Amino acid sequence: MSELRFTEDHEWLRAEADGSVTVGITAFAQNALGDVVFVQLPELQAYDQGAEASTVESVKAASGVYMPLTGEVLAVNDKLSDSPELVNEDPMGEGWFFRFKPADADAVAKLLDQDAYDRLIKANAQA
Amino acid sequence: MSTETLLKTPLHALHLELGARMVPFAGYDMPVQYPLGVMKEHLHTREQAGLFDVSHMGQIRLTGANAAKALETLVPVDIIDLPVGMQRYAMFTNEQGGILDDLMVANLGNDELFLVVNAACKDQDLAHLRQHIGEHCQIEPLFEERALLALQGPAAVKVLARLAPEVTKMTFMQFAPLRLLGVECYVSRSGYTGEDGFEISVPAANAESLARSLLAETEVAAIGLGARDSLRLEAGLCLYGHDMNSETTPIEASLLWAISKVRRADGARAGGFPGADRIFTQQQTGISRKRVGLLPQERTPVREGAEIVDDHGTVIGTVCSGGFGPSLGGPLAMGYLDTAFTALDSEVSALVRGKKVPLRVSKMPFVPQRYYRV
Repeated sequence: MSELRFTEDHEWLRAEADGSVTVGITAFAQNALGDVVFVQLPELQAYDQGAEASTVESVKAASGVYMPLTGEVLAVNDKLSDSPELVNEDPMGEGWFFRFKPADADAVAKLLDQDAYDRLIKANAQA
Repeated sequence: MSTETLLKTPLHALHLELGARMVPFAGYDMPVQYPLGVMKEHLHTREQAGLFDVSHMGQIRLTGANAAKALETLVPVDIIDLPVGMQRYAMFTNEQGGILDDLMVANLGNDELFLVVNAACKDQDLAHLRQHIGEHCQIEPLFEERALLALQGPAAVKVLARLAPEVTKMTFMQFAPLRLLGVECYVSRSGYTGEDGFEISVPAANAESLARSLLAETEVAAIGLGARDSLRLEAGLCLYGHDMNSETTPIEASLLWAISKVRRADGARAGGFPGADRIFTQQQTGISRKRVGLLPQERTPVREGAEIVDDHGTVIGTVCSGGFGPSLGGPLAMGYLDTAFTALDSEVSALVRGKKVPLRVSKMPFVPQRYYRV
C-alpha cells in the first residue's frame, strides 16, 4: 500500500498503481461526525478542487466532503448506499468514498503527509 | 463563543468525567453525546434506561390560593381542576395565539404549582409570569437551586423502585414528592422520549450523588442531547423554537389536544387566555398550514429548514425538525405544510442540496409511545 496523504478537511488520499487516487474521510473525522447514516456519493464526472463532491450525514448533521484536487471521479463506493456505517467502522478501508483521476498527477504528493496531519489534529485538539 | 461564558449544570463535572462531548445549548455547556454515541444511546434508552441531565430547563414554583386561577389566564389548559399529584402539558400563548413556550404544570397540593419550562425561554417566561400574574400568586424561580434528571426507558421503573418502591404505583403524568437517597425530590412519571420513565427534580447540591447512584445501576447509561432529540422526534414530540414558536398557534402546531375541553369555545371556562379569539376562529374557519409528520422515501435525512414542494415545484411548506431515527431505522421529519397537502399518505418532496427527496405525510408518533397507563 502506498503512502497516505491528507487534507485539512480531514480526507485521506491513497495513490493507486493505476494512477487513480482513492479518497475517504479520516478516523478523526468519522469520530467527530458520530454515527454516519447516509452518504451522498459524487457523480462520475469532473470536479474542481474544493467542490462539494459528496455529503456525509451523521445522526447530528450533514457535512460536505470536498474534492481534494481537481480531477475526474472514476468510481464510487456503492456499498455506502446500503451500509453507511462502514464509514465509522472502517474509515480508512471499506469506508472509502470515491476514486478519481487527478488533473495534475504530481499534486497528490504535495498534500499533507501523515506527520503533518497528526500535527494538525493535535493542534485542533488544543484549540 | 468561549465556554467561559456558558452556564454549567450541577452535573457538568460528571459529564466531563464520563467523556461527554460538550456543546453550547440554550446558554449552557451541555453533553451532546457520551462515548457510546448518539445511535447506541438512543437504542439503549428504548431497550433499557437512559439518564439525561435536563437541569438547564427552568423550574418555577407558584404558590397561593389563586395560583391555579391566575395561571389559567396565560394557558389554554385546565389548571383549576388539575388534580393534586398530577401533571399536565401546557403552553403560554400570546395575543395572536402564538406559542411563547410549552411547559409542564404539576399540582403539588397546598396551593402550590410546579412548572417546568424550556431552558431558552425561562427568563422570558419568568418575566411573563411576574408581569401578568405576579400580583395574584408568589412566583419563585428555582433555576439555581434545583437540578432536573430524566430517567427514561422500559427499565426506568425497575431502577427507580430500588430507591423508592412507591414509584411502581405511579402512572403516566402522576407527580409526587418522594425521598430518594434521603433527599426530598419531586418525581413525575413522564418524559420526552415516548418511553415510560420519570423526571426527577432534585436539590442542586444532591444532583450529582443521585445521578451517580442511578448510573451505577447496570440498566442505566448516560444519554446526551443528541439522542434526546432523535428520541423525541420519533415520539412525535415538539421542540420549542423549531416545531412551534411565537408565530405558530396550537392549532397550526397540531396541538389542539393540549387545549383542555373546558377552555375551548364551547367549554364551561371558555377562553380567558391570550389569543383565544384567534385560536377559536382558526378552529372554526380552518388554517392554511399545519404541522405534520413526514417520512422521507429515500435514505437521505431531510433536515430543519428544507423547503417542501409539490409536483410542480411550488413551495408548499418547510421542514421544522428532521433527522435519522435509530429505532425507526431511517430518516424522519416534521414540517409545516399547506393544509391542502396534509392528508395522510400525501406525497410531496423536500429540496435537499438542490435535489427532490420524496416525502410521505405520515402519522405520528413514528414509533409507538409506551407510557405507563392503567
